[in-house]
Amino acid sequence: MKARVHVMLKNGVLDPQGEAVRRALGSLGFDGIEGVRQGKVIELDLVDGTSEDTINEMCEKLLANTVIESYRVEVI
Amino acid sequence: MRAAVIVFPGSNCDRDMAVGLRAAGADVSMVWHKDADLPADIDLVAIPGGFSFGDYLRCGAIAAQSPICKAVVAHAQRGGYVLGVCNGFQVLTETGLLPGALMRNAELKFICKTVDLKVETSNSAYTQGYNAGDVVGFPVAHHDGNYTADQETLARLEDDARVAFRYSVNPNGSINDIAGILSENRRVLGMMPHPERAVDDGHGGTDGQALFRGLVGQLATA
Repeated sequence: MKARVHVMLKNGVLDPQGEAVRRALGSLGFDGIEGVRQGKVIELDLVDGTSEDTINEMCEKLLANTVIESYRVEVI
Repeated sequence: MRAAVIVFPGSNCDRDMAVGLRAAGADVSMVWHKDADLPADIDLVAIPGGFSFGDYLRCGAIAAQSPICKAVVAHAQRGGYVLGVCNGFQVLTETGLLPGALMRNAELKFICKTVDLKVETSNSAYTQGYNAGDVVGFPVAHHDGNYTADQETLARLEDDARVAFRYSVNPNGSINDIAGILSENRRVLGMMPHPERAVDDGHGGTDGQALFRGLVGQLATA
């Protein structure tokens, strides 16, 4: 099985990289971009039957820094 | 006074840290990240600057999971002293020994220059060699020094006078201009600027000497 973990800066935490991307898109002439948030995607190859609890524990302990980041697990 | 300097793959201020501590009179051992134990009778652990594990995942995140960090956390929990500079500060937040987190600099640029810092408290082994209000010049060299914490944590840091150093002119967007913070028992200090790069006339300044001398002096008599 595979799991995809999406890690994003929490809402309310300023994302300077996303902001830089937004400005760059604007300078390319794309209008109407009200905001950009940049995060990361981590794909895990797991043995079948790995529980979602275990994956959440991986996120809490290492994959995300929950002081500033939120995460979402997608089993695929 | 016995100090251990932790060396990770990618550390690059480990020897500067050892030189700074030795110049102040400390007996310094270098300790590799794969070691599970600190040498016996260590008073201070210093986590140096650099790019441990290539800053993969997040700065300090992989280093914080290394075998030696479990021993460092246990040392701190026993009331031991821990100094983390730059990447060392990032490692300390990732281990949870210090609250908050260090994000990408607000202007997204790597900053490498000497900055003025205000010493906010002399009430710690690290800052007793200064007076509160002193302004010192330490180099900064980081891409991710933008300190942040939630409002509750921030209020606790401020109310308990746990902000050790504040930038005179904020280079990286850190909240409340914070450059360095102390743990609740004031024995763990994390800071982005480099005191070990300001201990010799050849560095262009010696404002960091008082930090190491004060620290070694206090721990030698403890």
